[in-house]
Amino acid sequence: MKMQFKIYRYNPDVDAKPYMQDCEVELEPTDKKLLDALVRLKVVDDTLSFRRSCREGVCGSDAMNINGKNGLACVTDVAGLKQPVEIRPLPGLPVIRDLIVDMTQFFKQYNSIKPYVINDTPPPSHERLQSPKDREELDGLYECILCACCSTSCPSFWWNPDKFVGPAGLLAAYRFIADTRDTATNERLDNLEDPYRLFRCHSIMNCVDVCPKHLNPTKAIGKIKELMVKRIA
Amino acid sequence: MVNRHVVGAHYGLRDWLLQRVTAVVMLVYTVGLLAFLILAAGASYDSWKALFACTWVQVLSTVTILALLLHAWVGVRDIWMDYVQPLGLRLTLHVLTILYLIGSFVYAVKVVWGV
Repeated sequence: MKMQFKIYRYNPDVDAKPYMQDCEVELEPTDKKLLDALVRLKVVDDTLSFRRSCREGVCGSDAMNINGKNGLACVTDVAGLKQPVEIRPLPGLPVIRDLIVDMTQFFKQYNSIKPYVINDTPPPSHERLQSPKDREELDGLYECILCACCSTSCPSFWWNPDKFVGPAGLLAAYRFIADTRDTATNERLDNLEDPYRLFRCHSIMNCVDVCPKHLNPTKAIGKIKELMVKRIA
Repeated sequence: MVNRHVVGAHYGLRDWLLQRVTAVVMLVYTVGLLAFLILAAGASYDSWKALFACTWVQVLSTVTILALLLHAWVGVRDIWMDYVQPLGLRLTLHVLTILYLIGSFVYAVKVVWGV
């Protein structure tokens, strides 16, 4: 099967500006996912650059804009794609080369929410246990692979990436707020109570629409706001 | 690299809450007004005027207008915060918005209480 592509190309060392390249590739019957097709393309033109690692939707490296919607190439079926398949880098982040973007800003926001359990009480001899019910609270939160599909599909993150934490960061923030082993809930809420850091979210739910792990950052953001209201009410 | 610590500005929740509460106030008023229009179908100018001459209707109208303006303040400020990056321009737009909303309030009070 032949497949047609329109791919965003940009090599800052050579190109004055980015351009869209038309190309075609012959797929083998075993090439089921978009990543397989991209790897085939790279065999033909090894200057095409993109990130990939686990090729099964776990590492979050090959997030890109596929026919206008963010997603992971490795879990996107080639069968359902409208041709020519238009592939672009994740929107809103600086392009390093072709489909590779600079994720510094994204991880800076992630780091700003302190993505680790904070507990100042003396550690028990073994481990901090949770009841199965408490553990359930983390379902739908801990699965995030930080692929940045959500944050880079969020207009609020496009306009204010330096100030708005973004859906991925806020989902992670709630993951630690919801964790019964974490004792820094108040500090975490203080950290987020800000017209930019949290309240740039206007619940348009682009994040929910694109998440390849089917998570719901908007719901997590709503829970954070609910806890803030509970704190003052 | 200097590790600049990021913390929240400790506000924002009140505005967000205000927008929700004012929305409820507007909804109640709108439903009430619609109910009057439907129940008093074919209401004349005189009955309409009599309704708005009641003090309690005037008070409720004023509260609703205030809710609308506060709601608009949060919403319009959100637009400036989203899209206008230069600080000077953004603050100028904030001030102009406040002045416009205060002007609207004075005018609306004049209309509601002038019946």
